Amino acid sequence: MTDKNNIIVYCEYEDGKVADVSLELLTKGRQLADRLGIKLEAVVAGAGLKNVEKQILPFGVDTVYKVDDDRLSPYTSLPHSSILINLFKEIQPRIAFMGATSVGRDLGPRVSSALHSGLTADCTALEIGDYTDVKNGTEYKDLLYQIRPAFGGNIVATIVNPECRPQMATVREGVMKKEVRDSNYTGEVVDLDVNKYTRPEDFVVEIIDRHVEKSKVNLKGSPIVVAGGYGVGSKEYFDFLYKLADTLGGEVGASRAAVDAGWADHDRQIGQTGVTVRPKLYIACGISGQIQHIAGMQDSSIIISVNSDPNAPINSIADYVITGKVEDVLPKLIKYYKKNSK
Amino acid sequence: MSLNIIVLAKQVPDTRNVGKDAMKADGTINRAALPAIFNPEDLNALEQALRLKETYPGSKVTLLTMGPARAAEIVREGMYRGADGGIVLSDRAFAGSDTLATSYALSAAVRKIGDYDIIIGGRQAIDGDTAQVGPQIAEKLGLPQITYAEEIISADGGEVVVRRRIESGVETVRAKMPLVVTVNSSAEPCRPRNAKCLQKYKYAAVPSEVASDEEKKSFIEKRGYLAIGEWNAADVEADLSQCGLAGSPTKVKSIENVVFTAKDARRIENSDEELEGLVKELIASHTIG
Repeated sequence: MTDKNNIIVYCEYEDGKVADVSLELLTKGRQLADRLGIKLEAVVAGAGLKNVEKQILPFGVDTVYKVDDDRLSPYTSLPHSSILINLFKEIQPRIAFMGATSVGRDLGPRVSSALHSGLTADCTALEIGDYTDVKNGTEYKDLLYQIRPAFGGNIVATIVNPECRPQMATVREGVMKKEVRDSNYTGEVVDLDVNKYTRPEDFVVEIIDRHVEKSKVNLKGSPIVVAGGYGVGSKEYFDFLYKLADTLGGEVGASRAAVDAGWADHDRQIGQTGVTVRPKLYIACGISGQIQHIAGMQDSSIIISVNSDPNAPINSIADYVITGKVEDVLPKLIKYYKKNSK
Repeated sequence: MSLNIIVLAKQVPDTRNVGKDAMKADGTINRAALPAIFNPEDLNALEQALRLKETYPGSKVTLLTMGPARAAEIVREGMYRGADGGIVLSDRAFAGSDTLATSYALSAAVRKIGDYDIIIGGRQAIDGDTAQVGPQIAEKLGLPQITYAEEIISADGGEVVVRRRIESGVETVRAKMPLVVTVNSSAEPCRPRNAKCLQKYKYAAVPSEVASDEEKKSFIEKRGYLAIGEWNAADVEADLSQCGLAGSPTKVKSIENVVFTAKDARRIENSDEELEGLVKELIASHTIG
C-alpha cells in the first residue's frame, strides 16, 4: 500500500452523456486530490465512448481510462465489476468513488468484496483527516472520512478504512456540487482492451427488455418543494400538500416515514436515501426532522416548518415556524396566496 | 423442476423507534435495547421465494439469518408464512461485522448448505441501508447477481427471468442459475401467516432456545421439521481473521448526534392575519408567485 496513489471515479455513461452524479464526484475528487497532492483519475465503460473524455477532463481529471465495447451497454454487473477489479489491482487507487445509483450500488459491493476493501454507502460528506486506532495506538495520516447518517438517520457516523485500499464510497446524486475546474484541462486518455479486463463468462446476464421511464416527479429541479412527514397524519391529508404545491407551482416531496407509511411514492423521498434538493422554498409539513431527512434539504434557501409540535427538531433549521395542524394551515396558505397573487 | 431456494433474512432493530441507549460506546448498535423486526425487504424476498415454491412444486425454501439466537424468531416467522425451515448463524466471533465480514460469514454458511439454485434477499436492511451484503455474497460465491428485482417471472430450464426496477425505468433480464437476487420494496408484499403453518411450526426452535428444557428438546428431536439449524463459525469453517471486527476493513471513527446551527426562526401564529402576512412577504421577496 502506497499512499502516493490516486483518486479514481467510476463514471456512469448512457446515451452519450456522463451521469451528473459522476461529474459531481469528479468535482469532489478534484478537491480531495488537491488536498492530498495526488492525481484525479476516471474510468468509464460503455459503448460509443469516442469523445467521452471531453465531458470528463474539464473537471480536472489527469487520466481517463476508457473501455469501449457494445456489450458493456446497458450496464450489467459482471463485466463492469471485472473491469474495475482488474484495473484497481493494476493501478492500486488510494480512493475510489461511484454514484449511489442502481448501478453504483450494484457494482461497488462486488468490487469491494473482490478486493477486500471497505465500502461506505450513501455518504453525505467526504473529508480527509487522521485516525488513531484506540486498540493498538496505530496512527494513520490523511485517511478518507466517509461521513453518513446511520441507523435510520438518528446519528451521523464517520467511517474510515485504515488498512485496506482503495477506500471506497458511494454518494447520491445531488449531494455534491458539480463544478468545472478548467474547460481546457489536459489529461491522458488510456484505451483499455475489454478482453484483457473481462472474461467471456462475465456476459452471462442478458438484458432482454428495457423500458426507460422518465420519472414523473422532478423534485431536484423544482424551485418550491412542499414535503410531508409522518405528522401529516394520513394519505388523505397529503392532498393538502398537492393542492398547495399545485397552487405555488412546486413539487411534493416526502420524508422516509411518510413513504414507509405508503402516503407517498418512493420517487418523492427526500433525504440521505432519497433525493437531495436545494429549492428556493421548502415547506416541511409534519416533518420532525431526522438527520437523514435534513441531509437532503438543509441547503434550501428558505425553510418553513408547519408542525403541531412547537419543539420539532426541524424548527431549529427553519426560517419560519408555524405551529399548527397541516390540514388547518395549508388551506389558509392556499387561500391567501390566491388572494394576493396576480 | 423443483428448486432449492435460500432466503437471506435479517432481524433488524426497528429504526423508527430509536431511544438514547441505542448505540454502544464503540459505535456499534446496541440491539438489545430495541424492538426487533423482520427486515421489510427480506419479507418481499420471502414472498418471491414462496411464489416460486408454488409454481415449481417440490421446491424447498430455507431461511438463513445471522445474529444472536433470538434471530430464530424471524426464521419461525418465515416458517409460519410458508418456508420449510431455516438456519441461524450465530457466534460471538461475528460481533461488530461490517458488510464485508457479514457477507463472508453468510457465504460460508451458503457453501455449507451446498445445494441451491437461487439465493434471494432483500435489497437492503433498514438499520444500515447499504445494499451491499447481497452483491458481496454473490462475489464471494462467484455467482451472477440481479439487484433491484421486482419480480422473479420464471425459473425454468436453469434460467431465471427477472424484472428489475431501477431509477431509469424497468429492465427484464435473463441469467443462469445459480445466482443471487435482491428484491426491492416495490415487489409484492409478503403474504400473512398461514394458520396451518403456524400450528405446525409453533414449537420450532434452535437448540440453544430449548437447551434447559428436556421436554421441549425431546419433542423437537422426535419431529425433525421443528429443528431450526444453529451454526457457529466452526460449523461453517469460517476463517476467524475474516469475521467480526477483525474481518471488517471499515472502522467507525466517531458517532455524533448532530447539533444544527440554529437559525433565528420567526414564529408565525396560526392565525389568518399572520399567515396572510407571511404569504405577502414571500410574494414580495419573489420566493413565490
